[in-house]
Amino acid sequence: MNTQTLLWLIPLPPLLAFALIILVTNRWKALSHSLAIGAAVLSWLASMVVFFSVVRVEGLSENPIVSSIPWMPTGADSWFRIGVTLDPLSAVTLFFVAWTVLTIFIYSVGYHNFGQPRGDHDVPGLPPEGATVKGKGAHRVPSVEPMYSRFFAFISLFAFAMYTLVVSDNLLTLYIGWEIMGLCSYLLIGFWYARKTARDAAVKAFLTTRVGDVFMLLGLVGLYKATGTLNYHAIFGNEELLHTLGTTASGVLGLSQAGLYGLLLFIGTVGKSAQFPLHVWLPDAMEGPTPVSAMIHAATMVSAGVYLSIRIFPLVSQSETALLVMSIIGAFTALFAATIAGAQNDIKRVLAYSTISQLGYMIAALGVGAYVAAAFHLVTHAFFKALLFLGSGSVIHGMEHGVLHTNEHLDPQDMWNMGGLRKKMPLTFWTFLIGGFALSGFPLVTAGFWSKDEILSGAFAGGHWVVFGTLALAALLTAFYTMRQITLTFLGQPRTKAAAHAHETPATMTLPLVVLAFFAVTAGWVGIPTYFPGIGGLINPWFEEFVGSMLPAHGEAAEAGHSLIPLATSLVVALGGLYLGWLAYSKVQAGQQDPIARAVPGVHRLLQNKYYIDELYQKIFVQPARWISETFSYRIVDRTIIDGVLHGIGRGGLGLGRFVRNQIDMPVWNRFLEWLSARIPALGRSLRPLQSGRVQQYMILAITVAVLVGVLFYYFFVLA
Amino acid sequence: MIPLSWYLIFAAALFCTGLFGVLARKNAIAILIGIELMLNSVNINLLAFWRYLYAPDLSALTFVAIVLVAAAAETAVGLALIISVYRRRSTVVVDDISLMKG
Amino acid sequence: MTIVQVFFLLVAAVTLFAGVMAVSTRRIMHAALWLILTLFGVAVSFAILESAFFAVVQVVVYIGAIAILLVFAIMLTRQVMVDTGPQLNRGWWIPALLVAGLYAALVGVLSTWSSFQALPAALPAEASDLGRFGLALVDANAYVIPFEVASVLLLGALVGSIFVATDRKG
Repeated sequence: MNTQTLLWLIPLPPLLAFALIILVTNRWKALSHSLAIGAAVLSWLASMVVFFSVVRVEGLSENPIVSSIPWMPTGADSWFRIGVTLDPLSAVTLFFVAWTVLTIFIYSVGYHNFGQPRGDHDVPGLPPEGATVKGKGAHRVPSVEPMYSRFFAFISLFAFAMYTLVVSDNLLTLYIGWEIMGLCSYLLIGFWYARKTARDAAVKAFLTTRVGDVFMLLGLVGLYKATGTLNYHAIFGNEELLHTLGTTASGVLGLSQAGLYGLLLFIGTVGKSAQFPLHVWLPDAMEGPTPVSAMIHAATMVSAGVYLSIRIFPLVSQSETALLVMSIIGAFTALFAATIAGAQNDIKRVLAYSTISQLGYMIAALGVGAYVAAAFHLVTHAFFKALLFLGSGSVIHGMEHGVLHTNEHLDPQDMWNMGGLRKKMPLTFWTFLIGGFALSGFPLVTAGFWSKDEILSGAFAGGHWVVFGTLALAALLTAFYTMRQITLTFLGQPRTKAAAHAHETPATMTLPLVVLAFFAVTAGWVGIPTYFPGIGGLINPWFEEFVGSMLPAHGEAAEAGHSLIPLATSLVVALGGLYLGWLAYSKVQAGQQDPIARAVPGVHRLLQNKYYIDELYQKIFVQPARWISETFSYRIVDRTIIDGVLHGIGRGGLGLGRFVRNQIDMPVWNRFLEWLSARIPALGRSLRPLQSGRVQQYMILAITVAVLVGVLFYYFFVLA
Repeated sequence: MIPLSWYLIFAAALFCTGLFGVLARKNAIAILIGIELMLNSVNINLLAFWRYLYAPDLSALTFVAIVLVAAAAETAVGLALIISVYRRRSTVVVDDISLMKG
Repeated sequence: MTIVQVFFLLVAAVTLFAGVMAVSTRRIMHAALWLILTLFGVAVSFAILESAFFAVVQVVVYIGAIAILLVFAIMLTRQVMVDTGPQLNRGWWIPALLVAGLYAALVGVLSTWSSFQALPAALPAEASDLGRFGLALVDANAYVIPFEVASVLLLGALVGSIFVATDRKG
């Protein structure tokens, strides 16, 4: 099978799995997850084959693998073509998407307690609450998820959409995949729909990303109108066209067309990748099951936003303003989310804010022109953040086990209830440690170090001092809160009985952790810069060449700076942050307050409440919207104006009706009809003997009439 | 050489005979017999017209075949109805079957 | 008069007589037997029309199947077959008048037709080519639709008559 055909086929297995699970196998749990994982394996296999077939190809970005079909007629002979493509960017994206999707699918089997008994009181729409094992020494064990098959159906649909997005060769099919993912995100955040918080979070995520999507659609429409195509290579590979777009004024805010459409598309990214100010949905999205948080809200869907931004970079880079906006939003988000993450207590929320922060890093990297660094960080981040999320899921799972054991009523996600899990869950601990170190950018061994370093040096080399400073500060905070999380969760002594009874999770959950941990370390090695002292050049910086060739102006940024200042900075902030985190939290005892809250209570409260942005949005968007719908639309417009008009029409109609009835209907019509109705039965009675019930009589009559009519017809029409 | 008129007169006579049977007989099966006669006279007409006026064309022959099929179907259904009525009401005299009387 | 004409008149007379007997005889079983004779006469007239195929079909389908079906039905309803009383309705003269009038009208109208006295031309060789007819019945440009409709009609009649005649009490 050639590569084009294989590319077309990559998204297909998950879609089939989705349809089959929904329609056929949803009653059989084992069959459902086998289908979903089988489909994921097929897609993974195809992705790997495709990836390794192009990885050594020279000049892939000039001559990408493409295959397209005419899809929609747009005129007499012109067609809108859709198709698949494989260039360096989609190849590396495909690589990490395939791996994370596969590991997360496998992880979900263990996470949803496959093989455990049915729960005592479990109902669809609520997380399983545990089952009692009867017999000698009755005890409670985790119970299997009631909507197990449904979960696998949804994540299969999600995987289909993600693969579609990655392999598509134009912005329209990308947008289709993008929106299907939005739907899946909604469905999966609200997976436990009987919980109000989950429902609200689902709606919030859907509506917030919708804001971005609408702008993105506007950008698509505008771009199509300006260029007549949405194909990547026709737009982003065409320097002449880009130049024209960059120099034509759009008439909006003084932006060039490239700037306007680039920014509109970028707003889509802001929604999908949860950048400030549309970041509010992502922390709440942690209401969904942990595999969902890992896949949708860390590894793939939010990455898709950055993927789009990287895609449209050639367009955006035509406009200084657009780049400036991107770097401001990215850098601000990176710092802003990192500060919040330092004050959260929920293990998943910390990671959620960390995700926002890291995505801000990538956006900022794009804003300063560090294209390759952004793509590099996208890949490494996908691996280690998926690892961290799955690790936190494993921790929560272990804690739930402890909670079931001790029958305590406590939140298994609150880090203050944990501690000392290092000994109880060693595999989870070590993999989480790797992920955490990668996130903080622990020097030399972890992937995060190399990608972050590259972003910092990109900002430094471009002379963007403010961005550089902000990102460095954010990196310091990142290392700090990561260490805080690791310390609170795994180190020290157990702070609750539940934590003391926590328990390592099954192999289906730990195996994916190990796989992802492997990549969290090694994924960075493909991008070690050659100028790095000591080990630089030992491994070929393949990533730089491979993805860097996507840019027409390739080579300039890489040549610009070989300064060791960013390198030193990233070393200092990573190690410093980790040390500070350990210093502050390693001595925490059960029942103690957060050290930061003791030191600066006001700041801590502000951070814990996420700068009150949710409350602010509540005040300026939600409440006015509610006021408009309730008071203005309902009371004033609906009840008073529209109802008034309708009642007026109704009364007028009634009056007219009365007049017609009393003056015309009753005296004239009714009498006539009464007379008529009296006549009809009499007529009927007189005709009754004809209706003898004898078919032969009827037929005699019918034939007599037919013969007479025929004779008359002949006489009058034929003879005459 | 037989003129076409002979066939037409013959067929018309057979048709009228059948029609009389349908209209005048008491027994439902006899009515069916009358219907068969009428259908046969139609077939004679069709074949005569074909032979005298439209010879190589196949439309007439198709019509004859269709009439044969219709006759077979009609007989089968008609007899099934008669047997069903006979089971319920123990009669095959159509005048006794007058549930639709006004 | 040629021999063919004499033969036709003979056949027509026998057929018509058998037809009249079929609709007027008292015993229903005899009526069925007269019907068979009528059908046979019709088959012979088909043969005189040089349509050997339909003559054979007439014998096979009408006499072999339909008439035998009638005989079976008669035997099945034998218990109530009132062969003794009058077999015609009381007002039988009304339909008699009607058909007489219809016959007169038909012959009257037909006799004014220009082709009424048409004589047969020699039959072209392809007219009696049965294979051509068979192919036309399954040719999408010819008669495949009527042919298929006829098959569906037969199938419908088959299913319908089984359904109607099934004894649901037992």
